[in-house]
Amino acid sequence: MFTLLQVELYKIFKRPRTYIAFIAIAGLIGIIQLGLKLDGDAYVNFVMSNVEQSFTFDGKLLNGYLVCYIILQLLLVHVPLLIALVAADMVSGEANIGTLRLMLTQPVSRCEIILAKFTAAAIYTLLLLVWMAILALFVSIWLFGTDDLIIQKTRYLVQLSKDDIFWRYVGAFGFALLAMLTVAALGFLLSVFAENSIGPIVATISIIIFFTILSTMSIPIFQKIQPYLFTTHMVAWKEFFDLKVNADNTALKGTLQNKSQIVQSAWILIAHIVLFVGVAMFVFKRKDILT
Amino acid sequence: MLLLKHMEPIIQVKNLSKQFGDIVAVNDLSFTVPAGSVYGFLGQNGAGKSTTIRMLLSLITPTEGNIRFFGLPLQQHRKEIFKNIGAIIERPDLYGYLSAYDNLKMFACLNGMHPTHLQLMNQLEQVGLADRAKNKVKTFSQGMKQRLGIGIALIHNPSLIILDEPTNGLDPQGIADIRRLIVQLSKEQQKTILLSSHLLSEIEQMATHILIIDKGKKIIADSAAALFNPAETIVEIETTNNIASLAILKASKWQPHLQLNRGPNIFLKMHHDQIPDFNRALFNLNIQLLMLQPRHSLEDYFLQVTANSNSDTLILNH
Repeated sequence: MFTLLQVELYKIFKRPRTYIAFIAIAGLIGIIQLGLKLDGDAYVNFVMSNVEQSFTFDGKLLNGYLVCYIILQLLLVHVPLLIALVAADMVSGEANIGTLRLMLTQPVSRCEIILAKFTAAAIYTLLLLVWMAILALFVSIWLFGTDDLIIQKTRYLVQLSKDDIFWRYVGAFGFALLAMLTVAALGFLLSVFAENSIGPIVATISIIIFFTILSTMSIPIFQKIQPYLFTTHMVAWKEFFDLKVNADNTALKGTLQNKSQIVQSAWILIAHIVLFVGVAMFVFKRKDILT
Repeated sequence: MLLLKHMEPIIQVKNLSKQFGDIVAVNDLSFTVPAGSVYGFLGQNGAGKSTTIRMLLSLITPTEGNIRFFGLPLQQHRKEIFKNIGAIIERPDLYGYLSAYDNLKMFACLNGMHPTHLQLMNQLEQVGLADRAKNKVKTFSQGMKQRLGIGIALIHNPSLIILDEPTNGLDPQGIADIRRLIVQLSKEQQKTILLSSHLLSEIEQMATHILIIDKGKKIIADSAAALFNPAETIVEIETTNNIASLAILKASKWQPHLQLNRGPNIFLKMHHDQIPDFNRALFNLNIQLLMLQPRHSLEDYFLQVTANSNSDTLILNH
């Protein structure tokens, strides 16, 4: 199994396509950081203009933590598309070029192949998020420095003191990994049914876009189905950036406002991953290889 | 390495069937591949050869029947069995973005090997690709890919080699190289080889045993020696006037050899050694010959049994 995983990782990282996502993320984050470096204060003033009459801000509003939060909000919608490029190609891509039948004539079981391939896709996803964390968090801290993080929620502002932020990012990126693994598992499942890569890649992206739209629209009929869509739970990483307040309305450092929501969403995403990979394994074990 | 029981066949297939919806691709097929044989698996395109081979390699699940390799049932001992099998199914599709060396190393590792650089280079040398070891496979010709595919199939020194249409898409030199390699593997290394083809000429040059299938059913299975019986050679002749020539032959000592109503040309059955005498006789009888072509009885047999199959894909000419 370990050899098989090594082989799968070797194949992933030898392919030029793999690096598209890393380059795209670096490019997008670089552009956002450049824009905010050049004209960030104007952007922050514009965003905060409606609350500036009620509050006075002291300190560096545009800091590395805020830049990272902005980047996460913008990119975590698009990263699934990049993950689909690799995950949805894992089985179908090999079926398309014909190497799948050669693999299946080796002394390895189909279950091992599926597990190794999904683990390799998961490692790729992890590395993509680590890459994103390095660029979005550490490079932003280096470029913009650190200070308290102020986030505008729908009905209120949250201020997180700068010594209470880093662990929240660790949690948020960890949760984002679960969300992205769900996307990878979906792409992987669709990949098992197809004999070329385009179909499962487009299907994965379409499902993500479709479900995301349903998850975010505030139309009552859609709101009823929203708890059942995995895309609704993929954005629960934002709950790491909210904290409890006591009776005096004083923020309690190191707390999470809605911990149960995070835990529940995490379990729902894990259940989706297990379901998608389980079905992929079930189908693949019985699949006739005709290509 | 699996220890083969004395006289245990390498492959035993019993009542194997595969149905895709309403289409029966393989129908109640049974055969046995003896150890050390080059087993030719012959049939027209679409006869069910590739489906059968894919079932042998567990790429396709049979609808019915069972398969045993080295005396062990495939379903229960797949991994153990596959450590002793090297296979190429149709064309060897490899990872184009990897080098020949990397492709070979990867599949060696999947077979549980930890190959040294020397081992890998020796294997590439054996298939004539040592000088292209570091080149990406996407730059290779079809023949080179085929040779690399064979190198991969042999890297773990399997005792059984399964080759499905191994000369497809190759130029004459490539075909000759593959044939030479198969004969060498069989004679010098005592490998058992299951070789499928729609080319009778290819099978006849290498096979010690032959199985012919048509429309998924077994037509005949026997040793090549029995099937290519020289006493049963069919000779087809075309003359400047076939009707007059036939009348002359009917009145000659060759009359018992005539095979009537077989087509526009004249057919006779005789021992292969009689062909020079027959040729002289035609000259003496003043029959002006345009063409004389000897055929094995197998070819003749095959023509008969597949006469109604509306396919022209079985290449019978040498």
